[in-house]
Order: sequence, then structure tokens, then C-alpha cells
Amino acid sequence: MHRLTVEARVTLLDALRDRLALTGAKKGCDRGECGACTVLVDGRRVKSCMTLAVMEDGRRITTVEGLTRGDRLHAVQEAFIRRDAFQCGFCTSGQIMSAVACIDEGRTGSDDEIREWISGNLCRCGCYPNIVDAVRDGARNAPGGGAGEAGR
Amino acid sequence: MKLFDYARTARASEAVELVAARPGGAFIAGGTELTNLMKDGVLAPDLVVDVNSLPLDHITLRNGRLSIGATARMRDVAEHPVVREHFPVVSEALLASASPQVRGRASVGGNLMQRTRCWYYRDPGSPCNRREPGSGCPALKGQNRWHAILGGSDHCIAVHPSDLAVALAALDAVVLTLGPDGRRSLPLRDLHLLPGGTPHRETGLRHGEMITGVEIPQSPLARHSRYLKVRDRASFEFAVVSVAAALTLKGRVVSDVRLAFGGIAPKPWRSPKAEQALRNRPLTEVTIAMAGRALVKDATPREHNAFKVDLVQRALADILETLGGKR
Repeated sequence: MHRLTVEARVTLLDALRDRLALTGAKKGCDRGECGACTVLVDGRRVKSCMTLAVMEDGRRITTVEGLTRGDRLHAVQEAFIRRDAFQCGFCTSGQIMSAVACIDEGRTGSDDEIREWISGNLCRCGCYPNIVDAVRDGARNAPGGGAGEAGR
Repeated sequence: MKLFDYARTARASEAVELVAARPGGAFIAGGTELTNLMKDGVLAPDLVVDVNSLPLDHITLRNGRLSIGATARMRDVAEHPVVREHFPVVSEALLASASPQVRGRASVGGNLMQRTRCWYYRDPGSPCNRREPGSGCPALKGQNRWHAILGGSDHCIAVHPSDLAVALAALDAVVLTLGPDGRRSLPLRDLHLLPGGTPHRETGLRHGEMITGVEIPQSPLARHSRYLKVRDRASFEFAVVSVAAALTLKGRVVSDVRLAFGGIAPKPWRSPKAEQALRNRPLTEVTIAMAGRALVKDATPREHNAFKVDLVQRALADILETLGGKR
């Protein structure tokens, strides 16, 4: 739990990065178009550049830093490495957070479904085929196996 | 973003009082629209009132009316089994909107109140009659591929970007509000205003008046409804043109029909003449073409958007053939 005093105009993304030094969430467009800043708020994926930190008072925020258990990477992180699902890596933490939520929502039934439900995350390097592969693998290996929210 | 005061309340009447008392006050729910407008300097409220604690996130079907609270999230409405079964056009319009992240956050009230995506409006360095009355409209002779072919004026040809509003317009939804003068309801089709000579007047709401919910009448029409969105890429994009259609048939004869269009006008566009061309007539290629021609009869295409005149007619034909069971 973190206690912070911030100006009302500080976005959740800026509070995470500049005040809490949690730099996993990236600032790409800062307009909700690229998805690099995706985090989970009470389990739901959110673009953290589009919400004010004060609006999230008391909520549980999960960033990519919070996915690991000790030294063990999350199944989706493992899948991104195994599938080489990035080039420059700037969008990756947002892709991974979005993928974790996408799996949790049960939207990984086919490659087309994955493409549609991960479409809020852009990759300028164009690693989409490998990202789809990684999400598919992640869904298979994640806790709950991508069986939807009940499997959390 | 400029500095602003922030307030949060769990009482709708207090939220309204707070905003009404400050000429520069604004409501915030999901934040997916207002934060962008503030960052870009398009809007600069000096007070932002957070309405997320208001008890307004219900989705209930009662006495033949679907009632959706203003802070219900797009995702929750789209996925609600009652909405999917009885009002499919609403679910489809929402699922075709934005991205999963935005849909999980953005509210129904905020969706209806979102501003145009016109790039001249979104750029404070550019003139725009909607943002700065009297400064001019560069879209009229500029880059107007995304702009209106119907309902525009010499002052503004921006289009309203909400898919949900188009679906609600087709189903004759009603918007419920709470304002400084109390509660009222108005038809969704009266919420957004055509620009005429006052494009800066975007909605029929007064300052401090807040949408508290929308209501949609249940009907066989609503149950037999679809949404078709045509866009430049397969996902996560605003409509170039879109059609919300609801249709009931007796045999091959159209017993009733509702049509609303997005991407072609400054507000969700209803075309009584297109509906009239179909009602009590057999659903055929000929009557569908007649409806399309009636829709675009008064169109005023511009340099870069003339293609919408054809495209919207093809989209209409496609959705009617789908709804009519021909494909």
C-alpha cells in the first residue's frame, strides 16, 4: 500500500512512474491510443494515462512489476520471452498486462478473438504474430487456463 | 493539464450543485475523454467532480423498459445477457467501440457526452467554430474525409463519434437527467444539436445538468436489431460510416423498421424517409435501394468525403439483407 499526496491533475501513470518509481507502465502516446501504460485496477485493465490518480484512491493497482512471484515470472511473461514477442520492448509491459486481463476475461478462444481483444495495444515494431502466439501460450499456461474470471 | 479543484460525492444532487455553482465545472466518470481534452487544452475545467461513487451503475429490465445508469461501464452493458438478448444493436455498437481497456472504464453518460474527433476541434492551435465561436471552420475546405455529408452547416461539419448514441437513436431511447432545476427526460435524438449557426452549443443540456441514465423501450424491433460499423481498420477505430437497424417482417413485408446512422452527420442521424421507403413494402433490392437514395437525397458531400454517399447506402443494404435473412 502506498500513501501519496498528488495534485488533482496527476494521472495514475505519472503517479506510478514519477512518484512510486514503478516505471514498468510506459508513456507512449499519453492519449489512450497505444496501450503501453496498461495496468490492472481492481483486476480490470485500464489505460493509466487516462485516469487521474485521485480517482483511484483506495483501489488495488497491479503493474507489470506485480506479476512476478519472487523470482518466478508470470506465465504470460514467460510466453512473451519464449515467443520472442517484442523487438524494442517499449509496448511489452502494456501488452502483457492487457494479455493477462484478456485471458482472465476469457477472450482467447481463437487467434482472431485474441487479435480483436488485444487491439487496444499497439506495437510499432509490428510483432503482432508473435504477440498472438504468446497470448495463446499464456492462456494455456496461466493459472485458470484462460477459463474466464471464474478461473482466477 | 491546467490546475483544477477535484471533488467527489456519493450524492447526485450534490454533484449537480457543485458543478452548477462553477461556470468552469465539469463532471468526470471514466475519464477516458475528459483527460485527453484537458491534456490537449481543448477543455480546461477549474473544477472536476468525480461521479463514480454515485449509485448509478444499474442495468435492469423492468416493465418493458431497459434502464441503464449513467455510470454503468460500456463493457458491462455490452456483456449483459439481457442487453445481448433483447437489445443486440446496443451490445454490438458497444463492442465495436474503442478498445477493451476503454470499454472497461468509459461510462454510458460520458460516451454520450464525448466530443467530436474532428482534428481541427481537437487542435487548439487551429480555428474551430465549435471550440471558439466565430473563429472559422477549416474543415469546410480542408481535410474533411471524416466529416459530415448530412446535417452540417457553413459553420461546422463535424460528426459525432459515439456508436452507442447511434444504436440508442434507432431504438428511440430516452435520456434522464438531473440539473439545477430538477429531473427531466428528453429523447436521445434531442440530446445532440445540429451545428447551424451555433456549433459551440453541442447538446441540449444546461450547465450543471448531468445525465443520470438512459431508458430503452423493449420491443420485437429492438430484439431484431443489428449494428454495422465500417472503419479504416478492423478494430479500435471510429466509424467512417455506421448503421443501426431494427426490423420486423411479416413474411417478406416490412412491418416496422428503425434506422440510425453514424459517421455521416453531427448527431446520430435518423432518416424517416428511408424508413418510409421500406415500411409496409416487401424487403427487396429495389426497396432497399429506394431507402438508400432517400437517405442521401439531401447530402452535401465535400472534397474528401463524397465516397460516404455510396458507402452508407451499401452499408444500409448490407445490414438490411442480414437482418432480413438474405445472407
